[in-house]
Amino acid sequence: MTILGELALWVAMLLATWGTVVGFLGGRTRRPALIRSAQRTTYALCAVLIVSSIGLLTALVRHDFNVQYVASYTSRNLPMVYTIAAFWGGQAGSLLFWALVLSVFAALAQWVTPRRHNHLLPYVAATTSFIVLFFVVVTLFAANPFERLAFTPMDGRGLNPQLQNPGMVVHPPMLYLGYISISIPFAFAVAALFTRRLDTGWLHAIRRWTVVSWLFLSIGITLGMWWAYVELGWGGYWAWDPVENASFLPWLTMTAFLHSVMIQEKRGMLKKWNIVLVLVSFLLSIFGTFLTRSGIISSVHSFTQSAVGTYFGGFLIVIALGVGILLWTRLPDLEAEAQLESMVSREASFLFNNLLLVGIAFSILWGTLFPIISELVRGTQVTVGPPFFNQVNIPIGLALLALTGVGPLIAWRKASVRNLQRQFAMPVAAGLATGAILLALGFGDFYAGMAISLAAFVLTTITQEFVRGIGARHRLHREQYLTAFFRLVGRNRRRYGGYVVHVGIVIYFVAFAGMAFKTEMEASLKPGETTRLRSPFGHTYSFTHLGVSQYRDLNRVVSAATVEVTSDRGGRVGVIKSEKRQHIDSFGRASFEPSTEAGIHSGLREDIYVVYAGSVAGTEEAVYRFTLNPLVWWVWFGGVVLVAGGVVVMWPGGGPTRASLRRAMPGYAATLVGKPDQVGAGTPA
Amino acid sequence: MSRDPMLVSRRDMLGIALAALVPGRLSSQQEQAPQDEASARLPRPDMAGLPRTRVTDYENDPFIVNLESQIRCTCGCNLSVYTCRTTDFTCQTSPAMHGEVIALVEDDRSAEEILNAFVARHGESVLMAPPRRGFNIAAYVVPGIVITTVGAGMTWILSRRIHRAAEVPASPEASAQSGLTQDEAELIQRELEQLES
Repeated sequence: MTILGELALWVAMLLATWGTVVGFLGGRTRRPALIRSAQRTTYALCAVLIVSSIGLLTALVRHDFNVQYVASYTSRNLPMVYTIAAFWGGQAGSLLFWALVLSVFAALAQWVTPRRHNHLLPYVAATTSFIVLFFVVVTLFAANPFERLAFTPMDGRGLNPQLQNPGMVVHPPMLYLGYISISIPFAFAVAALFTRRLDTGWLHAIRRWTVVSWLFLSIGITLGMWWAYVELGWGGYWAWDPVENASFLPWLTMTAFLHSVMIQEKRGMLKKWNIVLVLVSFLLSIFGTFLTRSGIISSVHSFTQSAVGTYFGGFLIVIALGVGILLWTRLPDLEAEAQLESMVSREASFLFNNLLLVGIAFSILWGTLFPIISELVRGTQVTVGPPFFNQVNIPIGLALLALTGVGPLIAWRKASVRNLQRQFAMPVAAGLATGAILLALGFGDFYAGMAISLAAFVLTTITQEFVRGIGARHRLHREQYLTAFFRLVGRNRRRYGGYVVHVGIVIYFVAFAGMAFKTEMEASLKPGETTRLRSPFGHTYSFTHLGVSQYRDLNRVVSAATVEVTSDRGGRVGVIKSEKRQHIDSFGRASFEPSTEAGIHSGLREDIYVVYAGSVAGTEEAVYRFTLNPLVWWVWFGGVVLVAGGVVVMWPGGGPTRASLRRAMPGYAATLVGKPDQVGAGTPA
Repeated sequence: MSRDPMLVSRRDMLGIALAALVPGRLSSQQEQAPQDEASARLPRPDMAGLPRTRVTDYENDPFIVNLESQIRCTCGCNLSVYTCRTTDFTCQTSPAMHGEVIALVEDDRSAEEILNAFVARHGESVLMAPPRRGFNIAAYVVPGIVITTVGAGMTWILSRRIHRAAEVPASPEASAQSGLTQDEAELIQRELEQLES
């Protein structure tokens, strides 16, 4: 099967080259035969990459240790779920996985895109084929998962213990799906630039794709945070690691796009900006991969250094130059159809929201790259760690949170004073009251206090929107309140789904604020000994060490230390177990350094996080780290709410508004009364 | 193949059975083995990670924790000394750096002196964030300057455009084309606003 798998990769390379060439030629000449060929090539490409992936999966499942990749990332005693997850657990496999998923998305894009966008599809096929071609070339020439060893080892090295976690089975694929699906909006943007059909039509074609990739990125990032929290044992979920940052960058630009695209659809403005955001999001997704694979920046996530980084660097430059030139030549076709009428309008607030989102992306990129800049300028390396990122980004993040509440309340075009008073009186009062209460309670952290006050402001704006909407339906259609709620959301999915996403963001912010009150201590305890730790909520926990037991489990020897936890207010909390796992191969030999599994008791108020650091002189006297993490449960809940909102937004059935469809019509032109110089055209073909 | 220590041999099994049959032997064994000695020994200490030392007051001292949170562990993990020594229990570097911090604290050095001592030995990269002097100031101020400048520029340009557009009188051409009076145009504008909001 591996021979067939590698052969399929070579065929994929030829097909992708063919798809790229005929796609561009077909788009240019409009010859139906070429267009059909390009589209069919995407399906064929998908088929051969499925064959290639089956080849690698078969080698993994059959423990074909003659294949270097299989020997490097699996072992005979590795549980089957992780053996399959090893497909994307290593460098070469993950590249093949990337090519496979992209080819599936490319085929889907050709299949599901409505016929009214047919003029874009040949270029879309060409662009996606070109990206697949790049990944296939890298897989074949720089990191081939089918490469064979000169001998066949009795057993493989096994998968890194930290990757043997349910979170790692789903987190990387989700993040990859997010990264990869950005390629489809990118391909449509390139197609729109080539065809000069830069009306809102191409935006309709990518509507669901952008939400899908944003959702996958959101899920991937949240799962990554969860994995770091439960697996890495440092008691936090976000460390501003370069690779975490790299995954956050396209999320920020995609979020900016999801807001600014509304202005183009409603008002025909920000055309240049929207296309730039899509192009930059794709470039950032490749940049993130470049960071992970090149080893230019030290990160806990880095893959082994190899030539792959050079390939990604080259690809990044070629694509950036290519789309940069293409965009430059099309600038005259991207003139706005209307102009901003007031600085106090929803358009203006979305503009500032975009400024802050892109500003945060810039500051993260700046911080991530600053060590390299410093070395280039001064010849001195510096470290840019969490203290820097927290200091720079928290104020910008809070400003963004404030705008999350402001944006949806201001009217389009121009808000009147009466409109502002009506919309903001309650939310501002709620925010100020919360701030005053926190101040009166002697709340210690300024930023955390600001975050909670702003959260109260934003939540009130959202609640007000729902209450008014439901009330209006109740009055106009005499609907029951529950029916009115569902119909309100069902008929305005984008708007109210967006509000639910905002609720998720607010929950995130409040949960992040909780971490300002993280409390921790270390203690060495003999069995029966007790230590105490005071919670930021005022009560005290007692930790009594029960003992350390050792036993064999699956592919590891486990040393489990247990503590009984009681609270001076609530009595017995429970028994928490933290483990030290020594993974062994099928011959019983230690295969990796021992890993630590934190014991977590999760609650709505705080998590009790117990880490067994090891034993004193080989006895049951255990060294522990006890951490109380306030509001962590709410981070995961915020993630669920955010995803639920995203699903509402992209739920099938809703389509572009009539105004937006009008803007997509060839020959569409709008003249604003009283503003003769502001004539926009829908750029007929 | 090496014997799995977790498995109980037939000889051990026989011993356990005998002990159960002869209660006097078992109780005498318990008396001979104090609670904190024999019963506390792990069957396989080598499988429980690196041996640890007892926690002292230094490990929980807020001054030391704060200092170590500002110093990067040089093992290549990218974590602070504090995070590394309380997370990566296989690292030998962070406990050694922790020892250095304690030695300097015991020597009555101030926080700044301790940080400077580490910088002198390992270079600036040993700090978790660049010190705010010289070129490093750019790291802190550039994002703020860029956002503020772009924001101010955007506000200025847009305000000017809005102002200019407001000064332009209603186009007779446009009015003629639409055949609307000023009042009718304003009415439509308001209706459009309502429709779009």
